[in-house]
Amino acid sequence: MLLYILRRIVLSIPLLIGITLISFLVIHLAPGEPTGIHTDLNPRVTAASKAQLRHLYGLDEPLPIQYLKWAWRSARLDFGRSFSPDGRKVTEKIGERIPVTLFLSLLEMLVIVAIALPIGILSATRQYSFFDKATTIFVFIGFAIPTFWLALLCMNLFGVHLGWLPLSGLKSMDYSSLSWGGKLLDRIRHLLLPVLVGSFGGLAGFSRYMRSTMLEVIRQDYIRTARAKGLPERMVIYHHALRNALLPVVTILGLSVPGLIGGGVIFETIFAIPGMGQLFYGSVMARDYPVIMGILVIGAVLTLLGNLLADICYALVDPRIRLSKER
Amino acid sequence: MKSEARGSSSSGRARSFWSQFRRNRLALGGAFLVALLFLVALLAPALSPYDPTEIDPEHILSPPHPNHWLGTDRLGRDVLSRMIWGSRISLLVGFVSVGISTAIGILLGALAGYYGRWVDALIMRFVDLMLCFPTFFLILAVIAFLEPSIWNIMVVIGATGWMGVARLVRAEFLSLKEREFVISARALGASDLRIIFRHLLPNALAPVLVSATLGVAGAILTESALSFLGIGIQPPTPSWGNILTGGKDNLEIAWWLSLFPGLAILLTVLGYNLLGEGIRDALDPRLRER
Amino acid sequence: MPLPWYSQPRAWPRWVSLLLAAGLVLSCARGESPPGRTEVDYSRPGKPAYGDTIVLASIGDASSMIPNITGDSASHEIASFIYNGLVKYDKDYNIVGDLAESWEISPDELSITFHLRKGVRWHDGVEFTAEDVLFTYRLMIDPRTPTPYSGDFLLVKSAQVLGRYTFRVTYPKPFAPALMSWGMWILPKHLLEGKDVRESPLNRHPVGTGPYLFREWKTGEMILLEANPDYFEGRPYIQRILYRIIPDSATLFLELKAGGVDWTSLSPLQYTRQTGDAGFQKQFRKYSYLANAYTYLGFNLKDPRFADVRVRQALAYAIDKQEIIKVVLLGLGEEATGPYKPDTWVYNPRVKRYPYDPERARSLLAQAGWKDTDGDGILDKEGRPFRFTILTNQGNEQRKMTAEIIQKRLSQIGIQVDIRIAEWASFINYFIKNRRFETVILGWTTGQDPDLYDIWHSSKTLPDEFNFISYRNPQVDKLMVQGRHTFDRRVRKACYDRIQEILAEECPYIFLYVPYSLSVIHARFKGIQPAPAGISYNFIRWYVPREQQRYHP
Repeated sequence: MLLYILRRIVLSIPLLIGITLISFLVIHLAPGEPTGIHTDLNPRVTAASKAQLRHLYGLDEPLPIQYLKWAWRSARLDFGRSFSPDGRKVTEKIGERIPVTLFLSLLEMLVIVAIALPIGILSATRQYSFFDKATTIFVFIGFAIPTFWLALLCMNLFGVHLGWLPLSGLKSMDYSSLSWGGKLLDRIRHLLLPVLVGSFGGLAGFSRYMRSTMLEVIRQDYIRTARAKGLPERMVIYHHALRNALLPVVTILGLSVPGLIGGGVIFETIFAIPGMGQLFYGSVMARDYPVIMGILVIGAVLTLLGNLLADICYALVDPRIRLSKER
Repeated sequence: MKSEARGSSSSGRARSFWSQFRRNRLALGGAFLVALLFLVALLAPALSPYDPTEIDPEHILSPPHPNHWLGTDRLGRDVLSRMIWGSRISLLVGFVSVGISTAIGILLGALAGYYGRWVDALIMRFVDLMLCFPTFFLILAVIAFLEPSIWNIMVVIGATGWMGVARLVRAEFLSLKEREFVISARALGASDLRIIFRHLLPNALAPVLVSATLGVAGAILTESALSFLGIGIQPPTPSWGNILTGGKDNLEIAWWLSLFPGLAILLTVLGYNLLGEGIRDALDPRLRER
Repeated sequence: MPLPWYSQPRAWPRWVSLLLAAGLVLSCARGESPPGRTEVDYSRPGKPAYGDTIVLASIGDASSMIPNITGDSASHEIASFIYNGLVKYDKDYNIVGDLAESWEISPDELSITFHLRKGVRWHDGVEFTAEDVLFTYRLMIDPRTPTPYSGDFLLVKSAQVLGRYTFRVTYPKPFAPALMSWGMWILPKHLLEGKDVRESPLNRHPVGTGPYLFREWKTGEMILLEANPDYFEGRPYIQRILYRIIPDSATLFLELKAGGVDWTSLSPLQYTRQTGDAGFQKQFRKYSYLANAYTYLGFNLKDPRFADVRVRQALAYAIDKQEIIKVVLLGLGEEATGPYKPDTWVYNPRVKRYPYDPERARSLLAQAGWKDTDGDGILDKEGRPFRFTILTNQGNEQRKMTAEIIQKRLSQIGIQVDIRIAEWASFINYFIKNRRFETVILGWTTGQDPDLYDIWHSSKTLPDEFNFISYRNPQVDKLMVQGRHTFDRRVRKACYDRIQEILAEECPYIFLYVPYSLSVIHARFKGIQPAPAGISYNFIRWYVPREQQRYHP
C-alpha cells in the first residue's frame, strides 16, 4: 500500500513540471510584452524605472531562462506580486479566494451526490419506466440549460418577486449583529441559490453514470442468486448492488476534482461571490500575469492532490488494486 | 475463425445496432432534433425572413408578433433571422471543435494503445497533465490572450477536449490488440498502419461516436459561456450565445431574447445528448433489458 | 405476501420530504422585509435626521484607498467621501473652497496663495496644515510615484509653506487650469512621509480629512464607511455608506429592485423601460442630466487613408448621429459637435456640422479617389477595397452598439467595417499605446476647465500620452497655449471658439454624442437637488427621516 502511494507521488513529479510549463506557455501566447508597468498611464514613469521592472521580472532574458527562474520561484510558492494597482502578493490574493470556491464546490458535490445517487438507483431498478424516462429528460434539461440563464431566472423568481432569498453575496449587511443561529441561517440563505443552481448541471452526468453502473451490477449473477434466495428486494438493492456500484462513484468523484477548482467563473460573477473563478477572470481581463500563472499552477496542483487522494481511496476500497503488483 | 471476426465487425452488428436504436424512443427524439438543426442551418438563407444585421431604429426590443415572429433585439434586428443564422455558428463550432478534439484523441489514443510501453506511458502522462487544469480556465485565458475569432474559439475548445477520447480509444485498442483477427493480420504481414486503420480503428469508433455527440453539446454550451463573458462570437455575427447574453439585463421586459436562444440551446444540447446516449445503449449489449 | 409499509419501495426517498420541509421553513425566515411589502410612505419629505445607511454598488472593486495613484472609478468614488482637495466645485460649477477657506491670485497671475481652514483634523486626530499640502505636491511630482495626474503639478515653478495655514504656489507663466488642479486629494504627511506610497498601509486603511471615516474593506465584497462626526462642514446625516461589489449588471439591477442597493446609475433602456411601473416609482427617484462626457470615433491620422480630410468628412456625413442617439441612447443624449458639453460657457454652437447625407459622403469619397470600379459593392482605390476596423473596449455596451450601427451605415455606402472589441488592459497597452488601430470608438470626460492641451497638442504623442491619433495642427497648438496661459475669460473664449471651428472642419474625431447621466436613488433619501453639477455635490446634506430609515446599526 505504501509502495503504491510512493509510486504515485513519484509519478506526479513530471506532472508538476508539466503544469508549470503549460502555465508559462499560456501567458506568453498574448502578443506584446507581459509587463505591468504599462498599465500606469503615466509618461512620468521614466524609461529607467521601466527597465528596472523588466529586470526584476527577468523579462530581458531569453525565454527558457525566464521559465526556469519562474518555475523555481513557484516551487517555493512565490508567485510574486500582482500587476494590478493594488500590488498585493499573489499568494495572498489567491489564498483569500480558495476557501470560498472550495467550500461552495464541496457543497455542490454533496448536493449532487445526495440527489443524483437516488435518482440513478431508482432509474436503474425501474429501467424504461415512466420514472426513468421522465428523470432522463429532466436531468438532461439540467445539463443543457446555460447556467447563467437559470441563475437569473431563479434570482428573479426567488429574490425579486417572492422575496424569499437574498440575491447575491455571501452574507447580509447586518451579519455581525446577528446571533449565532441568525448567522448560520443567513449563510444558508445566501448559499441556497448558488449551490442549487450550480449543482443543477452536474446532476445529469452523475445520475446517468450511477444508473449505468447500477444496471451493470444488477445483471450480475450474484444478484440473481440473492433474489432467488428470497431476500427482500430492498436488501438486494441496497446491500448488494449498491456497494459494488459505489466503486465507480469514487472514480467519477475523482474525475470531477478539476471542476472543484475551476468552478464557475460565470456563476461567481452572477452571484457576486468572491471566489477563484472571479479572480481568474478579472486577472485575465486585466492581463495580471502573476495572478493568472499563480491560479493555473495552484489550481492544477490542488487537482493533482485531489486525484491522488481519490486514487488512494480507490485503492483502499478495492482490494484488487492493493494486492496486485502491476497496474 | 475469420468469418466470425468479420461478422462481428460489420453487417451483423450494424443490424443489431439499428434494431436496438430504433426501439429507444428518446434516442429517436434526439436524432430528430439534430436533423432539424442541420436542416435549418443548411437552409438558412432561404428560411431567414430578414437580414440578420439589419438595424431597425423603429422596432427596438419589440415583442413577438407576425412581423417578427420571435421579436427584435436591442438594435431592432429580427431575432428569428439571427437565430436561424446562429444555428450555422452553433453547428460549425460544435463540429469543428469536436472534429479537432476527436482527431487529436484518436491519434494519441491509438498510438498509446497500440505501441504500449513507453509510448503509452508518455502519452498517458500528458493526458493526466491536461486533465489537471480546469478546462474552462484554460479556454478563457487563451481566448482572451489571442482574440475571440470563431476559429480561435473552435481550435481552443478542440485542443482542450481530446483527453476523454484518447482514453477511450486507448482502452479499446488495448483490449482489441490481442484479439485473433489482429494476430492473424499481423501474421499475414500487414503493416502497423494498416492494422491500426483497417482493423482496430473501426471497432474502436463506437465509444468515440458517443463521446463526439456529447462533445458537440458541450462545445455549444462553452460558446454561450464565452459570450456571457464577452469573449464569444463577436458582433455583428449572431450566435445563440450572444443573443442570449444580449437579453440577460432585460429579462423581464424582453423575455423573448432569453427564452428562444435558451430554448434552442437546450433542445440542441438535449438532442445531441439523447442521441449519444441512445447510441451508447444500442452498442453495448450488456445494458439491454434481459 | 405483501411487504410491510416500511419496506415497500417509496415513490421518493425519505430525504425528499425532509428537503421540502426545510425549504418551507427557510422561506418563512426572511431577513429584513423586502420592499413594497412595508407600509412606509416615501413621498413625505419628513425632518432631517441622523442615521441610516446608503448602499451603493460597483461592478469592479477599488484597487487602493489612496486615489492619487489609481486610475479606476471605484477607487475615486470612495475617495470622494474620505478625502478633500483645496478647492472643489459648487452646484453651478463655480470653484469654491474645500480645505482652503480662500485664496488670492497675484496681480501678475503667476502665484496663487491659499489660506487653509484652521482646526481641520485628519481622521486620526492630527491637525491638517499647509505641510500636508506641500507634501502632497512633492509626492505628485516624484517620478517614483505611479500617478496619472502629475501633469499639472509638473508645471509648478515653486511651492512654499508661508505659515501653518498658508500655502503659495508659483508658476512660470499664468496657468488657467491651475486653480482647479488643486482639487487634488490631499494626503497626510505624518503617515506617508519617507515611505513608499505603494507599500503604505493607507492603501488598505485610509486616513483623510473628509466627511466619512473608513471602517472596513472586504476585498471583492464590500467597503464600509462611517460618518465623521467632526467633519469641518458639519456631520453628515447619513450615518454609513456601504459600497457593494456586484460584478454583473443584471444582478445589480435585480438587487436594486429587491432593495439591496439604494443608488446606482441606469442604462437608457433601464431608465425608459424597466423602471416605469407604479411600484418602482413609489420606491425610487430617477434623475437625468447631461453628462460631462462625449463619445467619438477617432481616426489614426498616420493611416494614409485617413490623412485625407475629405475621407474623414465623408465618413462623418455617412454616419447618422441622430440614429445613434435614438437607438443606443434611446433618445437620452445630444449630438456632440466638438470636445465641449453644450450649455457650458466655452461651447461654440456655430461650427461645421455633418448631418446625415450619404450622397455627399459618396461624392467626397469619389473626389478622394474611392470608387467602386469592380462592381462588387465595395469602394476601392488602386485595387484595394476600402475596409477598416473599428476598435473599442470591452464592457461598454453603448460603444459596441455604436460600432455596429456605424458598421451597418458604412456598408450601405460601400465601405466594409470590421469590429474589434478588446478588453481594457490590452486595449490600452497593446493597441492604443502602439498605435495599432485604424479607428477607435472611445469617450472623454470633459472637465470644467476647457484646457485640452493634453489631448490635442502635437507634442503629446508619446506612447503613454493622450494624443494617440497623432493630430498635428500648428494653429491649434498656438491657440491652446494661448488659452491656458491667461485667466481672462474673453481671451480664452475666443481661442477655444476658434479651436472648435478648426476641429469641426478638420474632423480628426467624428464627434458622436453627449449622453445623459441617468441615476436612480431610493426615495427615502431626501435633500437631493439636481443642478448643473449633478446631484452628489451636497451629499452630506442628504438625509432620511427617522420614520423612513431602513438600516439601524
